[in-house]
Amino acid sequence: MPLTKTEQIVNASLKARRKKERAFQLFGIAAIALALFFLVTLMGSILSKGIPGFFQYYITLEIELDRERLDPLGDLSEQSLFDGQAKKIIEEVVLEKTGAKSRNGRKAARKLLSNGSDTRLTSFVRANPSLLNSTQKVKFALDDDADSYFRGFVKKETPEQQRRLSNIQIEYLDKMNEDGLISHEISDYLFFGSASRNAEMAGIKGAAIGSVLTLLVCFVIAFPIGVATAVYLEEFAPKNKITEIIEININNLAAVPSVVFGILGLAIFINLFGLPRSIPLVGGMVLALMTLPTIIISSRAAIKSVPPSIRDGALGVGASKVQATMHHVVPLAIPGMLTGTIIGMAQALGETAPLLMIGMVAFIVDIPGSVTEPGTVLPVQIFMWADFAERMFVQKTSSAIIILLLFLILMNGGAIWLRKKLERRW
Amino acid sequence: MLTIISVSVIFLGLLFYVVGTTKITRICDAAGIRPHSLFMYHGSFPAILAVAPPLVLLSLWVVADDIVFNMMLEARFPEGLEVEGRQTILILLAQIRNIAEGIIVGQPDDWIIGLADTLSNWRNTSDTIIAGITVGLSVICGLFGISRVKPEFRARNAVEALLLTGLGICSLIAIITTIGIVFSVIFESIRFFKLVPPLEFLTGTVWNPEFEGAARAGSGQEGMSAYGSIPLFVGTFLISIIALSVSVPVGLFSAIYLSEYASKRVRGTVKPLLEILAGVPTVVYGFFAALSVAPFFRETGGMFGLDVASESALAAGFVMGIMIIPFVSSLSDDVISAVPQSLRDAAFGLGSTKSEAIKKVVLPAALPGIVASIILAVSRAVGETMIVVMAAGLAANLSLNPLDAVTTVTAQIVTILVGDQEFESAKTLSAFALALTLIFITLVLNFFALQIVKKYREQYD
Repeated sequence: MPLTKTEQIVNASLKARRKKERAFQLFGIAAIALALFFLVTLMGSILSKGIPGFFQYYITLEIELDRERLDPLGDLSEQSLFDGQAKKIIEEVVLEKTGAKSRNGRKAARKLLSNGSDTRLTSFVRANPSLLNSTQKVKFALDDDADSYFRGFVKKETPEQQRRLSNIQIEYLDKMNEDGLISHEISDYLFFGSASRNAEMAGIKGAAIGSVLTLLVCFVIAFPIGVATAVYLEEFAPKNKITEIIEININNLAAVPSVVFGILGLAIFINLFGLPRSIPLVGGMVLALMTLPTIIISSRAAIKSVPPSIRDGALGVGASKVQATMHHVVPLAIPGMLTGTIIGMAQALGETAPLLMIGMVAFIVDIPGSVTEPGTVLPVQIFMWADFAERMFVQKTSSAIIILLLFLILMNGGAIWLRKKLERRW
Repeated sequence: MLTIISVSVIFLGLLFYVVGTTKITRICDAAGIRPHSLFMYHGSFPAILAVAPPLVLLSLWVVADDIVFNMMLEARFPEGLEVEGRQTILILLAQIRNIAEGIIVGQPDDWIIGLADTLSNWRNTSDTIIAGITVGLSVICGLFGISRVKPEFRARNAVEALLLTGLGICSLIAIITTIGIVFSVIFESIRFFKLVPPLEFLTGTVWNPEFEGAARAGSGQEGMSAYGSIPLFVGTFLISIIALSVSVPVGLFSAIYLSEYASKRVRGTVKPLLEILAGVPTVVYGFFAALSVAPFFRETGGMFGLDVASESALAAGFVMGIMIIPFVSSLSDDVISAVPQSLRDAAFGLGSTKSEAIKKVVLPAALPGIVASIILAVSRAVGETMIVVMAAGLAANLSLNPLDAVTTVTAQIVTILVGDQEFESAKTLSAFALALTLIFITLVLNFFALQIVKKYREQYD
């Protein structure tokens, strides 16, 4: 049977149309592949730089813990250890191990160890007073330039003037390495050190504690207020102009860029209320205002998902509206509310810009002990480290990012787990 | 002091709870009747009255006393003191506060030490007064509550009314925050516009706030600073355009594929993976842009003989684009999935291929939602801060060349307001004016997005 004219036209165009169909699908796959490629590149770039950052090079030296020299007052007090000759003792051992003789050589050899070596020795002594007056193997961090040499960032082939280590220093490092003094281990400074300009000593402990304190303040403020607002708007609020304005406001606040909340904190909390800068209390309050819309919106969704039959049941057996809500609806909505809150907290944990503006970017060595002591937070620490030029800081920054991401994965994973575990399907 | 007052007020509350329940039990047992409400409510009513008003008063006092003290101290500054602007006053006040708290640096003037003594006296008096007032108020309110407790008293209704008032007040926080934002920005902006005419701010093509300090030091460069915000807005626009040209095609095609073609399993794996991109903190993207992407673009550009700035708009915009892919894809995915199946079936019935149905039927139907999602992505890009601070630099070039270094509104706000500021200077105030325009732009974008969604939402239902 001969084909009709329409069928001929359609058949003729089919090949081209099928080709277009395949091309369209390919576009979709390509787009997803590209997005996933970005994700992999991002993670790969962070991991490849960050994993080496978890390790650093240490040197193990045999130190004679002469009590008279280390602890002249004999009471192991901070002052006494500070007055002692910890630095000199270490230097003597280093000079002996490197065999440095000339004036320049001795000067070069001294620079190979981290600036914080004497503090490390005194804290070692303080932790193990019974070892005084014996000879012990103590591990010290290498200076970041020496560390970079072992990592291969500083190369022997580079002309001497263009690298940060002199020929003689490299010679000493090689000698000590051949003697088996150098080891490559997990960096204890990264986890237990505080902010420092010396790359080899810098750590995230202070920032991590600051983050915890800030999030704590944020949670204590945002969760009750958010839940109360959601309950009020969803269950009790009369449908009038004020309620409408509140709802528009919440949606608008969710859209305001985070940096604006920083300005709010600066102008109101710091300049008007006279609260100190850089403290986790102010940071937490700013972040609380910022996460409030997220918590309110998700809490409202959670309340909405509780079926009306629950309310009707409670009302039917004689509960008041408030009792029905507080005793039945809210407890059933709590898992959903918590999920939303955790997601909001995760946002707050990663937020940087508003905290910069309330001064949490200050260089703070002390670890904050309470919410009113100056501190910084992990993302801000990352921001500050990212500005430092030393190669070792690049790796430490990436390590800090990995730790931050782990926290975020933990929180988001927790939220998903909570949702799966506790949320009921009606 | 604060803790002691709060703890004692809470303790008083517990006490009144016990007194309330005991009283109602006694009366009812004696008369052999049942009260209107549960015993718990008769106890809670005086307890809430005894705790809530004093604690509210206390927190207001804590906020207000420093403000009042500062004003009183300022009034007591010696005559003829040379004060250069607000900044010096604030430094003096901080010094007085520190001395009052026992932190003495250097050799302060006698009058400063005198004022510090006055301040600590005031503080002691203030602490005593507030302690008296709060505890007194707590007792009075609690006693009033107790006096109301009778078998016929509708305690449950009263407690519920108090609770609802509390909930209502919490919901006002959102409004207070908005008012706070508006006020903190508007006042400083008005002061800025007194120094710099709005027209110059909105139409000027040179942004150069850095000479303020130099002009003050008398270096002869008065008048060099310029506050034309056009370069900042052009920079913001340029970076947003670059970000969108990455995120819209990738996000949209991903959304189409995921909602129309992908199997359930693929969708279930890919969607959360894409959303990871939205969960990564912006400081991480900033680091990635500055350390990996920018050098990569620079080297690649160098191979083709292009001169790419080390802090180029391209790198910042590209990375920002990666960040907002999930915003575009999630929202578009939702609206595409919301298009009724009957529309697709009709297209298939007419003999169209799947892609033809999508292109000619599904996408036009979903277009308003897609446009809204793109607008939201724009507002996100305009407000994004850390990536531009870390990767786009601070050079306020008026340029549309993506290979140049540009700066954005948010980046300028952060740079100006981080660290110590000179309060009176136009430079500091300019950040507030920029913030005002930023808020305005994002709210307008949001408004349009919502309007589009609202207007076309129910067309196909």
